[in-house]
Amino acid sequence: MYAYDELDRTIINERVSEFRDQVKRRLSGELTEDEFKMLRLQNGVYLQLHAYMFRVAIPYGTLSSKQLRALAHVARRYDRGYGHFTTRQNIQFNWIKLAELPDALADLAEVGIHAMQTSGNNTRNVTSDQWAGVAPGEVEDPRIWSELLRQYTTLHPEFSFLPRKFKFAITASDHDRAAIKVHDIGLRLYKNEAGETGFEVLVGGGLGRTPFIGKTIKPFVHGHDLLSYVEAILRVYNQYGRRDNIYKARIKILVHELGIEKFAKEVEEEWLQMRDSALAIDDSVIEDIRSRFSYPAYEKLPHMPEELKKAAHDPHFEAWRKNSVAPHKVTGYSIVTLSLKPVGGPPGDATADQMDAIADLADKYSFGEIRVGHEQNLALPHVARRDLPVLWKALDRIGVATPNVNLVSDIIACPGLDYCSLANARSIPIAQELTRRFANHETANMIGRLHVNISGCINACGHHHVGHIGILGVEKNGEEFYQITIGGRADEKAEVGTLIGPAVPYGEVADVVEDIVEAYLALRARPDELFIDTVKRLGVEPFKERVYATR
Amino acid sequence: MTSPLEQKKIRITGPSMVTANRTWDGVVIYRTASQSWSADLSDAAIVRTSDEARALLTESIADDIGAIGAYIAPVEIKDSGKIKPGNLREHIRSEGVTIDLPVPA
Repeated sequence: MYAYDELDRTIINERVSEFRDQVKRRLSGELTEDEFKMLRLQNGVYLQLHAYMFRVAIPYGTLSSKQLRALAHVARRYDRGYGHFTTRQNIQFNWIKLAELPDALADLAEVGIHAMQTSGNNTRNVTSDQWAGVAPGEVEDPRIWSELLRQYTTLHPEFSFLPRKFKFAITASDHDRAAIKVHDIGLRLYKNEAGETGFEVLVGGGLGRTPFIGKTIKPFVHGHDLLSYVEAILRVYNQYGRRDNIYKARIKILVHELGIEKFAKEVEEEWLQMRDSALAIDDSVIEDIRSRFSYPAYEKLPHMPEELKKAAHDPHFEAWRKNSVAPHKVTGYSIVTLSLKPVGGPPGDATADQMDAIADLADKYSFGEIRVGHEQNLALPHVARRDLPVLWKALDRIGVATPNVNLVSDIIACPGLDYCSLANARSIPIAQELTRRFANHETANMIGRLHVNISGCINACGHHHVGHIGILGVEKNGEEFYQITIGGRADEKAEVGTLIGPAVPYGEVADVVEDIVEAYLALRARPDELFIDTVKRLGVEPFKERVYATR
Repeated sequence: MTSPLEQKKIRITGPSMVTANRTWDGVVIYRTASQSWSADLSDAAIVRTSDEARALLTESIADDIGAIGAYIAPVEIKDSGKIKPGNLREHIRSEGVTIDLPVPA
C-alpha cells in the first residue's frame, strides 16, 4: 500500500471544501449548469439516465481494507447499497444525490480517496497490472512508476484542458494484464540488454469509435527520463491534437494522421529541449516513493501445505482453485481473484455488504490489501496457501467465488442503456443471459479461456473491440441490435476483433454466441487450443458461416 | 455559450414531452402544463407541433436551478389517454432499469 503524505491529504481535503462550495452555489442558482458542469466533471460527477453517477478513483487498482469499507459506506449511506467496478479500475455509484456528494467526498477523503482525474479532458487515473508487486517474474513493482505519474499529473495545469481525455497504463510483466496497447500511452517496464530498467513507450492506442493498437514510439526510455519523455508527448498532443471535432480529438487520431515516424520526430525534438530540465528524475525521488509503499512481512511457508493437500480432494474447491488462484512471487503465497461475475448477476457490481466482508477477509488473509482489475474483478494479492480452503468457503458464502475467472461467463460489460446516457443498447441483460447459458462449470472449463466483452455503444467502455468475442450494441429504427466481432485481444498480442456479419437483434445474441462457441469446439485442433488461437489459425469465415447459415 | 435551442432545429413527428433530471438529486422529471416539474410521466405536458415543443423546451431550459439537461422526447398516447414512453431509453428512465438491482430498492 502507498501511504499519502501531508501534501496529498491537503490537496484532497481542499478539493472537498472547494466542491462543497461549488455545489452550494449551484443549488442556490449562483452557478448555472453551464458554469457548473466542468466543475462537477472534475470531481467525477456525471449525469446519467436516472440520476447523477459518481466515479471514484482507485489509483493503479490498489485499495486498503479501510478504503474498501469507506466505499461500502458510501454505497450504503449515499447510494443504493452497491457499486460498480469499471474497466479502468475505478468504482461508480449510480444513484447519488448532488446535494449529498460533498459529504460523500469528505467521507472518502478521510481514507485518502478522491474523484479527481476520473472525468474531463485531462490525464485520467493511471491504471496498472492488478497483480503488480506480487506477480512472479515481474521486473519491479510498476505501481512505483504509476504513483510517480499520479503525482506528476494530478492537477497539472498544462494538462488539465487537453483536446480530449488521456489514459496511461503500466505493466512490468511479460504477460500484459493492464491492456497497455489500448491506452493513449502504454508503458512496459523491462530491463534492457545492459541490465538497465526502463520503459518501452507505446502511444496512440485506444478503442471507442476508431480503435487503434498502440505503436511503439520509443523502444527504451530510462526511468530517469520518464517524466520528460511523457511530457514531450503530451505537449505535442496538446499543440496539434484536434479541438474542433470530438471524434477526432484523441491522440490516436493525431498519431494515425501524422504517422508514428513524424509524431515521434516531433516528440523527440520537444524532448531534447527538456530532457535535462527539472523533469529529469533523481534516484532519491523514486526511492522516496518506493519507501512510501509498504509490503507485507511474509512468513516462510511451504508451497504445498497440508491444508491444501486435504482440500484438493474436494472437486468444488479444486474447480475454484484452478481458475481463481494464481502463483505469487513469494513461496507459500498465492494471488486470489474474486469473481464479481455470478451467474445471472451484473458484471462488476458488488454490494456494500460484500465490500465490507471482503475488507474483513483482506484483513484476515491478505495483509489488508485488495486489488481491482480492469476485468471488473477484485483480487486478494497476498494469501497464504494454507489459508486457501478456509478463504474459499468464506468467499463462497458472500457470492464472490464463482469458479469462472477467465472463462466464458467472466464477462466484461459496461453499464449500457440501463444506466448510461450515451448508450444505444443494453449490455447487462445480455451478459446475464450469457452467464446463464454457460453456467455449467464443466462445460465452461472444457471451452477454456474465452473473453466476452460487451459495450452498449461505440464509446466501447466494455472494450468490445478487444474481446475474444466482442458484442457492440447499436440502435436500428428504435430497436436494439448487436454487432459481433471475434478475434480481439487486449494482452501483449493485442488485436482488434473482426466483424463477422450483420448485427443481430437483442433476442438472438446469446444464441449467436453459443453458435460461435460450438463452432470453435468443432474446429479447434486440440482440446487445449484456445478460442483465440483457433480464430487466428482459421480466420472468421468458418464462424461466420456457422452463425449466418440459418439466419 | 450557445443555447440548445439555437444549436439545432426542433422538429417532432408525433406527441412529445420535455424531460430532464432534477438538479439537487438527479431524479427523472417531466415538464407539466402548469410550468412546473413532476416525477410522474402522467403529469407531463404533451406537445404535438414543433412550435409547441420549442416553446415548452424554452420555458423548461429557463428553469436552470430546478432541472438539468432538458430535452424533447417522444411519447405514445394510449386509447385510454395514458401516456407511455415513446422509446426504450425513455421507458428505462421512466420505469427504471430492466434488471434486478443487486440490492432490492
